[in-house]
Amino acid sequence: MAVQENISRRHVEALLRDNEDGILGRWVQISNEPLRGRAVENDTRKELQEIYHAFLRSMEDPDGASELRGLLSDLSRSRARQGFTPSETAMAVFGLKEAVYEFVETDGGEEALRGFIWLSRTIDGLGLYTFESFTAAREKIITDQTEQLLELSTPVVKLWEGIVAVPLVGTLDSARTQVVMEKLLQTLVDTGSEYAVIDITGVPAVDTQVAQHLLKTVMAARLMGANCVISGIRPQIAHTIVTLGIEFGDIVTKATLADALSYALRQSGVQVAGMRPGRAAVRAEEA
Amino acid sequence: MSHPPAPRTVEELTITSNDEVVTVRQKVRATAIELGFSLVDQTKVVTAASELARNTLVHAGGGQANITIVQNGARRGIRLVFSDNGPGIPDRQLALTDGWSSGGGLGLGLSGSRRLMDEFVLESEPGRGTVVTVTKWTR
Ligand SMILES: Nc1ncnc2c1ncn2[C@@H]1O[C@H](COP(=O)(O)OP(=O)(O)OP(=O)(O)O)[C@@H](O)[C@H]1O
Ligand SMILES: [Mg+2]
Repeated sequence: MAVQENISRRHVEALLRDNEDGILGRWVQISNEPLRGRAVENDTRKELQEIYHAFLRSMEDPDGASELRGLLSDLSRSRARQGFTPSETAMAVFGLKEAVYEFVETDGGEEALRGFIWLSRTIDGLGLYTFESFTAAREKIITDQTEQLLELSTPVVKLWEGIVAVPLVGTLDSARTQVVMEKLLQTLVDTGSEYAVIDITGVPAVDTQVAQHLLKTVMAARLMGANCVISGIRPQIAHTIVTLGIEFGDIVTKATLADALSYALRQSGVQVAGMRPGRAAVRAEEA
Repeated sequence: MSHPPAPRTVEELTITSNDEVVTVRQKVRATAIELGFSLVDQTKVVTAASELARNTLVHAGGGQANITIVQNGARRGIRLVFSDNGPGIPDRQLALTDGWSSGGGLGLGLSGSRRLMDEFVLESEPGRGTVVTVTKWTR
C-alpha cells in the first residue's frame, strides 16, 4: 500500500517537473481570474513560481516544507496588505489543483490519477495554512494600527525648556494609560526635563483605575528626579475624586494647563511678566 | 391609593470586556443627562457605574448591568443593578472598608460608590455571586 502510494507520488512529481511551464502558466491564469486585474501578472507569476519550486523541493526533502510554509506566509502577508480576502488568497493556492488536473487528464494513467489524489490532499493542507496565516497577518496589521493610533492620540509636547506636558483626552483605559505613562517618562529622559504636566481637562471621569494610573506615573517620574503637576481638574471631577476618597497626597494640582505652566516656570526660576492665567472651561462629556 | 409607576428599564447590558465597561458608562451618562442630573451628579453616577462595572469584570469575570429609571413621588432617579455569578464576597464589611483590596487596587471602588450614590445595597453569597444595586435621585 505504502509502496503503491510512493509510486503514485513519484509519478505526479515527474509530471510536475516535466510540465512546469504549462502547469505554472495555467496556475497563474486561474489564480488571477477573481482578482480583476488587481495584481500585476508578473508579480503573481514570480510568487507562484517560487512556491512551485519550493513545493517540488519539499517532496524530495522533508526540510523543504518549512521553506514552502515561509513562502506561503509571505504570500498571505502581501495579499492581506493589498486588501485581498482570505478566500481569494487560499483560492490562489487551490488553483494549483485545477492546473495540475488538466495535465493528469491528458496523461490518463491510473498512477497519475492516484497520485493526483495524494497531491490534492497536500494542496488542501497548504491552502488551509495560507488561510490561517492570512488571518494571523491581518490581526497583526490591526494590532499595529491600534498601537499607532494609541501613539498618535497621546502627544507629549515640550512646553518650555525643561517642561513637558501631556494632554489626556477621552476615556483612559489601561492600555492607553500604559502608553501615556511610558511615553511621558521617555520624553522626560529624551529632553532632560524636570517638570511634567499631566493635563486631564479632556478626561470625562476619573475613577479609581484612572487615579491609580495617574499616581503611578507621578511616582515613576519622581523616581527619575522629575516633578509632576496634574492640571485641568474640573469642579465635577474634583467633587467626585473627593467623594470616592482618592487622595493625591502632596502631588501638585492646578486648575488649568496655564496655571501649571506658570507654576513650573516659577519653580525653575523663570520670571514671567504680566502673566495672568486664564481659566479655560472645556467640556468633554462623552464618558 | 395611587400606584407608583413601574420602573422603566432603559438598558440591559452584558459586561464581558473593557469595551463593554465603557459602553455601560456611556449609557449611564446618557440616561443621567435625560433625567436632568447636574454635571456634578452625572459625573458621580458615571464614576460609580465605572467602578461597579469594572468590579463585575475584574473580580467576577463578567456579569450584567441593568439601568432603570425609577420614580418616588415627584422625584425621578436612576437605578443601576450589577449582577454576576462570580465567587461572591465572603466579608462584605471588609470589602466596604476604604483602602481594602483583594488585588492591587486602591480599594475605594465599592466604598466610594456607596458615597457617590444615594442608595447602595450589596448582596453577595460566597460561591453564588454578587448583586450591587445603587440609586441616585434628582434634586
Ligand atoms: N463583583 C464582585 N465579585 C467578587 N468580589 C468583589 C466584587 N466586587 C468587589 N469585590 C471584592 O471587594 C474588594 C473591594 O472592591 P473595591 O472596588 O473597593 O476595590 P478594588 O476593586 O480591589 O480596587 P479599586 O479601588 O481599583 O476599585 C475587591 O478587592 C474584591 O475582593
Ligand atoms: Mg473596584
